[in-house]
Amino acid sequence: MPFPHADGLSLLLMALTTLVVGASTLHGVRYLQASGAPRRRSLLLWPLLALLWLALCTLFASGHLVVQYLVLEVTALCAVALMLLPGSQASQVAGRRYLLCTLSGSLLLLPSVAWLASQQPDLSLVALAEVEVAPWWLAVISAGLLIKMAGFPLHGWLPPAHAAAWVPVSTVHAALVIKAAFFMAVSVWTTLAPEALSGAQLLGWLGSVAIVWGSLLAWRQTELKGVVAYSTVAQVGYLLLLFPLLFGTAEAVATLAWQSTWLLVISHALAKAAMFMAVGSLVLAMGRGDLAGLSGVGQRLPLSLLVFGLAAVSLLGLPPSGGFTAKWMLLHAAILAQQWQWVVVVAVGTLLGAAYVFRVFRYCFIVPEQEQTMRVPPVTLDIIALLLALAAMGLGLAAAPVVALIGGPP
Amino acid sequence: MNDNPGLLLAALATSLLVAPLIFLLPERAWLARTTLNLGAALLKLGLVALMVAGVARGDSYALGFTVVEGVSFQLRADPLGIMFAGLSSLLWLFTTLYAIGYLEGSPNRKRFFGFFSLCVASTLGIALAGNLFTFLLFYELLTLSTYPLVVHRGTPKALAAGATYLRYTVSGGVLLLIAVVALHVLAGEVNFGQREVLAELGPEHHAWLIGIFVLLMLGLGVKAALVPLHGWLPQAMVAPAPVSALLHAVAVVKAGAFGIVRVVYDVYGIALSYELGLLAGLAIAASFTILYGSLRALAQVDIKRRLAFSTVSQVSYIMLGISLFGPMGTIAGLAHLLHQGLMKVTLFFCAGNYAEELGIHRIDELDGVGRRMPGTSLAFTLGALGMIGIPPLVGFLSKWYLGMGAIQAGMPWVIAVLVASSLLNAAYFLPILYRLWFKPGPLEGCGAWPEERRLGRLETSAWLLWPVLATAAFSLLAGVFAGLPFSPLSWASLIATQEYLP
Repeated sequence: MPFPHADGLSLLLMALTTLVVGASTLHGVRYLQASGAPRRRSLLLWPLLALLWLALCTLFASGHLVVQYLVLEVTALCAVALMLLPGSQASQVAGRRYLLCTLSGSLLLLPSVAWLASQQPDLSLVALAEVEVAPWWLAVISAGLLIKMAGFPLHGWLPPAHAAAWVPVSTVHAALVIKAAFFMAVSVWTTLAPEALSGAQLLGWLGSVAIVWGSLLAWRQTELKGVVAYSTVAQVGYLLLLFPLLFGTAEAVATLAWQSTWLLVISHALAKAAMFMAVGSLVLAMGRGDLAGLSGVGQRLPLSLLVFGLAAVSLLGLPPSGGFTAKWMLLHAAILAQQWQWVVVVAVGTLLGAAYVFRVFRYCFIVPEQEQTMRVPPVTLDIIALLLALAAMGLGLAAAPVVALIGGPP
Repeated sequence: MNDNPGLLLAALATSLLVAPLIFLLPERAWLARTTLNLGAALLKLGLVALMVAGVARGDSYALGFTVVEGVSFQLRADPLGIMFAGLSSLLWLFTTLYAIGYLEGSPNRKRFFGFFSLCVASTLGIALAGNLFTFLLFYELLTLSTYPLVVHRGTPKALAAGATYLRYTVSGGVLLLIAVVALHVLAGEVNFGQREVLAELGPEHHAWLIGIFVLLMLGLGVKAALVPLHGWLPQAMVAPAPVSALLHAVAVVKAGAFGIVRVVYDVYGIALSYELGLLAGLAIAASFTILYGSLRALAQVDIKRRLAFSTVSQVSYIMLGISLFGPMGTIAGLAHLLHQGLMKVTLFFCAGNYAEELGIHRIDELDGVGRRMPGTSLAFTLGALGMIGIPPLVGFLSKWYLGMGAIQAGMPWVIAVLVASSLLNAAYFLPILYRLWFKPGPLEGCGAWPEERRLGRLETSAWLLWPVLATAAFSLLAGVFAGLPFSPLSWASLIATQEYLP
């Protein structure tokens, strides 16, 4: 059966995909008009986004490894095509780099799946639960998926790609495409390797380094989009903390970690999409992309800045956002499991996160030396982004129904 | 459990919903913004007054829902919370009035008042929170909403102060988060007042409880400016005067102190805190802070910096009071929560008035100001004498009850701390009073004011003068009429006798 997995989590992720792709499409129409993108190229955006939406929904609903693998490839190719759309020098270079990286990921995935097929003809996840896999196999497939989800240390392709792509593309990519690879990694690990405890710890440590490294680099960026892109690297690190807490721990810990991670996936998707949209408006208005251009922007574009702020609150995991509730549950799981290292990592990550977010705001509060001219982008752009950001905030206190839908680990 | 949730929500919503409305108004809509601000402040004061009366009658106000399994959002009005809510809504009204006058004609007023309302909403949320999760929510919201106020002026100095402020408060927030989660892991959800939950944990959990308590104190101590976690407070003085007043009297510093009160009385319970030896540690930390803050205040030449170090010292009286095991100490600590707010807000308003009207920032520029600005100087004198602890001002009551509490708790060394601190208070406030009233100033032909502006027909703008006089009058009346019901002292005694005595 290709679709036995249409459980609460799949439904949630499909709803999330539909919401984010839909919002990005609506946003994209106005954004591309306002930014004066060539019409021939922008027309290509819609079919590609539609295909991407279809592929992602198939992936989240699928309980079959081959189906997951195939649609992940479709997703990646769509994403590469979307990245190349602006046609600028930077986007060509970043897109090619992304293509090379994602294809090398595929080169690791393909033999792994083929080897598995030689062991067990039925590759549905249910049937695969019986199969024993060797550690090298797990390492190879995990490495392939880590490339695709921009997990440390295989994240190098992500920041330039996000910086060069169109805003509606960056939103969908950061919010959904990298989560697709994470989703597949989780289903591979829960099915095939629930005993690979040291491997799970290793993934946790990779995640920890990603949190620290991504946040530090986000803090060092001079371009606004760079800050947002590196913050994605850090956020993927938080997701990887799921593995050490899910395997080999008590059921209560595993449930908490499971629920917190998917809650984080959802709130991060909403918040990151909102943040990219806000950054898009800010860059459009300032006519430049660097942080120094932000001084005095609060006067002219309070709404964009508000959206950025709300999204940042969720990304940092400050209350009352979805990110906060997710972080609360993650800490709860880590303390319950007495795996103190992750508590420290989350604490350090929060501090570094605050450092890079407030660095952006610091520039906003500087009083500009001369009045600069800004074009105010259409207000619809900000309203779409605001709704997404508010959804990420609302997820914090209204987490109960969402968590109930996520359910427990398989 | 939902009892009369309407009033609670309405009180919270008055300032929470005003914030987006203010952000939506255009910058030049002065009249609409002012009406909205004052209307909301008055409305909130009325709603809180209704709840105070209700709580005194024995009504309960509560509202709650589950966030995730084992964690719930709880708002409720108990005597302690409503006391803090009353203080914050009273001082919000005066601070708003003052801020309207203070920021007259300066840029970015919309942003200022928007975040100002958010800040007050967070303070009210802190007051009405029914458990640590809800408390933490509003506590962090307070950090976020005060940052734009601290960096309001956008100068390099303000930005640096804002960065320091965040470094301290965000780190404190993370520690607090970890501590609260750890407490959940250990004991499940503890609503404020369910003191038996932790008390019934066996002795094998005591090491954990002590560890979590230390973490909680570190997290809350940052905002309460316990030495050595106080470094952000003197720097945050670059903020506009109404912000400093708010920060020192009700919002940030008090939120920390109030959190400590909640943890000691309503989570751990005073008996368990005493049994675990936590109170002694708190008393030592508070005493050290009191003396250190006063000593540093002596050395300051900038008025606001001297007041800031005085806050460091004075807020620790609250912690000292609750760490004295016994009802007297409790009364002293809780009453001082209100007393210090009234006095400190007055002093900061005065400092703002001197700076606005005459351009005075340093203490040595204050010579002879008493004759130029008698109203403001009178208010300053009342506040300063209260801080020193001269009867019948409120500060005297705090110190008197602290002393009695120290004897009751069998910690006579605390009296030495009190005496030393009062002497230091006198040493750093009396010279100011001497300069104000007795030294010849520019009116007698000695020197000139740094930057005189003649803001109004009175000694300064009426917006600036009346709030100062009002808060000064409150701090006098609260001392003189301490025996009447609803005075800070009798309310604190009510809490001490009804809630905290076994």
